[in-house]
Amino acid sequence: MSSITANILNVVGILVFVVASAAMLTWVERRMLGIWQERYGPNRVGPFGILQVAADMIKLLMKEDWVPPFADRFVFVVAPTIAMFVVVAAYAVIPMAPGIGVIDLNIGLLFFLAMTSLSAYSVMFGAYASDNKYALLGGLRAAAQMLSYEVFLGLSLMGVVMLAGTFNLREIVLAQQEQWFVIPQFLAMLLFFIAGIAESHRTPFDLPEAEHELTAGFHTEYSGMKFGMFFIGEYVSVLLTASMMVVLFFGGWLGPVLPPLVWFLLKTSILVLLMILIRGALPRPRYDQLMAFGWKVMLPLAMINLVVTGVLVLV
Amino acid sequence: MSQIGRAVYLTWDYTWSTLRTLWDVASHTFAKRDTVEYPDEMPYLAPRHRGRIVLTRDPEGNERCVACNLCAVACPTDCISLQKTEDETGRWYPEYFRINFSRCVYCGLCEEACPTYAIQLTPDFEMAEYNRQNMVYEKEHLLISGPGKYPDYSFYQVSGKAVSGRAKGEGLNEAKPVNVKSLLP
Ligand code: SF4
Ligand code: SF4
Repeated sequence: MSSITANILNVVGILVFVVASAAMLTWVERRMLGIWQERYGPNRVGPFGILQVAADMIKLLMKEDWVPPFADRFVFVVAPTIAMFVVVAAYAVIPMAPGIGVIDLNIGLLFFLAMTSLSAYSVMFGAYASDNKYALLGGLRAAAQMLSYEVFLGLSLMGVVMLAGTFNLREIVLAQQEQWFVIPQFLAMLLFFIAGIAESHRTPFDLPEAEHELTAGFHTEYSGMKFGMFFIGEYVSVLLTASMMVVLFFGGWLGPVLPPLVWFLLKTSILVLLMILIRGALPRPRYDQLMAFGWKVMLPLAMINLVVTGVLVLV
Repeated sequence: MSQIGRAVYLTWDYTWSTLRTLWDVASHTFAKRDTVEYPDEMPYLAPRHRGRIVLTRDPEGNERCVACNLCAVACPTDCISLQKTEDETGRWYPEYFRINFSRCVYCGLCEEACPTYAIQLTPDFEMAEYNRQNMVYEKEHLLISGPGKYPDYSFYQVSGKAVSGRAKGEGLNEAKPVNVKSLLP
């Protein structure tokens, strides 16, 4: 009985935590970008502007929920649902601390990879259903980008799997008790970080929704809460990438003195801030440069990392 | 060999410039803010800031505007409208003078065109209205009681044009008219 209660607490708690902190991230990001651009950012609603999220939420809910008459209605409505669903589902396998985590799959890592692959569908469906040329171009870019970056997103993780000898994320964390995997797998960490940013299509890899070229890319036709779901989905995937990096490379909840959950959240926040800093600092590449970078630089590096790790593990 | 060298150099160059960019941006974290929190704290606006437009008076307290229409002609958005009339002495002044601030772009061309310094832009921008019609300012809204940015300037004192009470050549810094029928210097 008590284990069922604990399970429900876990599920509900983590779901609420993930969605709420993703919503908060919209405020954190605007505030941090403001600070780095020597502005204030939103600081009016509530203390430090924390309630800005609530104000934005009210605004989005009050907006007209518009489905263009030329759109493919069913697919149009389903696409943002997929965007939200897959990232939240992927978060289920993240072990946040001993006893905190929705599910302990022994193929947790593969589940994560599968779910991030599925998120390509939300973008493509959204773009296709919109029947809009900007959306279509954005969707094409998103599909190509996500497929190419998925390749070495997966490959870069295999070094970790070899060292830990398991796909279970909880065991991967426990395997880092002596040494975080960031030290033997530094290159893989970098590759995963870049691929993660590309997967959640954030600047500098936000070509699917590049405002200056494609108005808003794949979600041009979306408004109100459907747009909100794409938006929050993007922030959940930022959170997901950061959490995944913590679990795989930075020792998860391991750390001295402080409670495990605090360590996990601390490390995740630092990585999220780094992702926001990258958004504030780096320009967007041209599309062919993006592809060339993926296939000609990242993929060979991931292969080399894989081979070297394999040799070292065998020897 | 040189190709490998070039690849190594480029990798290093790109990595270094990326890291340095990140560092430069991060170093702004504790820098002083460039912006001020506007409604609580007014930003400093230079005296020549181009904001709300006024019509000024000369040092004697008369309207400066002579209804020459140059400002209306210069205005790129055609938002000035005025009608000329005359007083008993034959001096021109505007019967009505209307600026539609919902169209004005605050370019300042009217101020540049005005020969009498009558029309001037001021450092005030808080002109928001709920009703668009309230953005149309009439002469009584535009006319102020002072001379604005040029406190000593009076067009009729220096213009060389005869008006009632002052003949040609009696203005400030003004030479007597040349007698074109005389040979003497
Ligand atoms: S500032 Fe420019 S737009 Fe405004 S009234 Fe003068 S000339 Fe016209
Ligand atoms: S404001 Fe100046 S330019 Fe415009 S009509 Fe009057 S005198 Fe002429």
